[in-house]
Amino acid sequence: MSEHVHSPQCKQMLGSLSEYIDGALQAELCAAIEEHLKDCPNCRVVINTLRKTVELYEKAVPPAELPSGIRERLFARLELDEFITPPTQPS
Amino acid sequence: METLAINNNTQTGLLVALKTGSREAFARLVDETSGQIYRTALQMLGSEQDAEDVLQNTYIKALRALPGFEGRSSLTTWLYRIAVNEALMLLRQRQPAALSLDETDPFDPEAESAGMELSDFCCLPEGELLTSESRRFMNQAIQSLPPTLRAVFVMRDLEGLSIQETAEALNISESNVKIRLLRARLHLRQKLAGYFGEKTQEARLR
Repeated sequence: MSEHVHSPQCKQMLGSLSEYIDGALQAELCAAIEEHLKDCPNCRVVINTLRKTVELYEKAVPPAELPSGIRERLFARLELDEFITPPTQPS
Repeated sequence: METLAINNNTQTGLLVALKTGSREAFARLVDETSGQIYRTALQMLGSEQDAEDVLQNTYIKALRALPGFEGRSSLTTWLYRIAVNEALMLLRQRQPAALSLDETDPFDPEAESAGMELSDFCCLPEGELLTSESRRFMNQAIQSLPPTLRAVFVMRDLEGLSIQETAEALNISESNVKIRLLRARLHLRQKLAGYFGEKTQEARLR
């Protein structure tokens, strides 16, 4: 496993990476980063793996469903018992 | 990524009903938002019991605070705000030292770039990247983030709030959100690169 060898340019770029992968960076700065990436394989790895990291986390997000026991206890605690409707019957 | 359950139009009507103290409207608010709020609490705390406590406290506080809610942010952002503050408070009680590392310092590329892992795990097949074991590792990695970075990462990248909404929910500036998000992502990238790098090596040695 190798470590990143940093030129001053690599370090300068680091602060903009998040916005770069979100596509939220000004065109000029994007162009500067892309120019640097042509000659810097290490930074390419950092950017690609940073993007992949965010993607993997987005894919791994569990569904926003409340387990039913938790929902019942929540409604009870809020004194909303009368609004606990029976779970929908499978058709 | 799913969008927030309550859009602006339904929010206006719901808010009026909530302000008049309608219990039915409150039950509806709970049903439309509690899945996201629970998931947020779970990602912040890593424990189902703690997440359930935070969930309940969030809606109890929301119920009390509703009369003073001015609608400057959306209802959902407001609930996220209460929930994340509850979670941070719990973490502060548990591990006071963890929050003293405050992440408001300016971004330091020197420190952030030290010892970066360079294994390129991008090309591993998706099936290998998202096994149940690696999902567990990813969750542990979130828990290893300092809580204030974790809060930004959870809201922005997992819950899909915008930079502006995240800033409103945490009561910090947008530039602060961006810095914390970058730090959180770099920290997680480093963890994942280490983890998948080892996996790749193990596979080669087999």
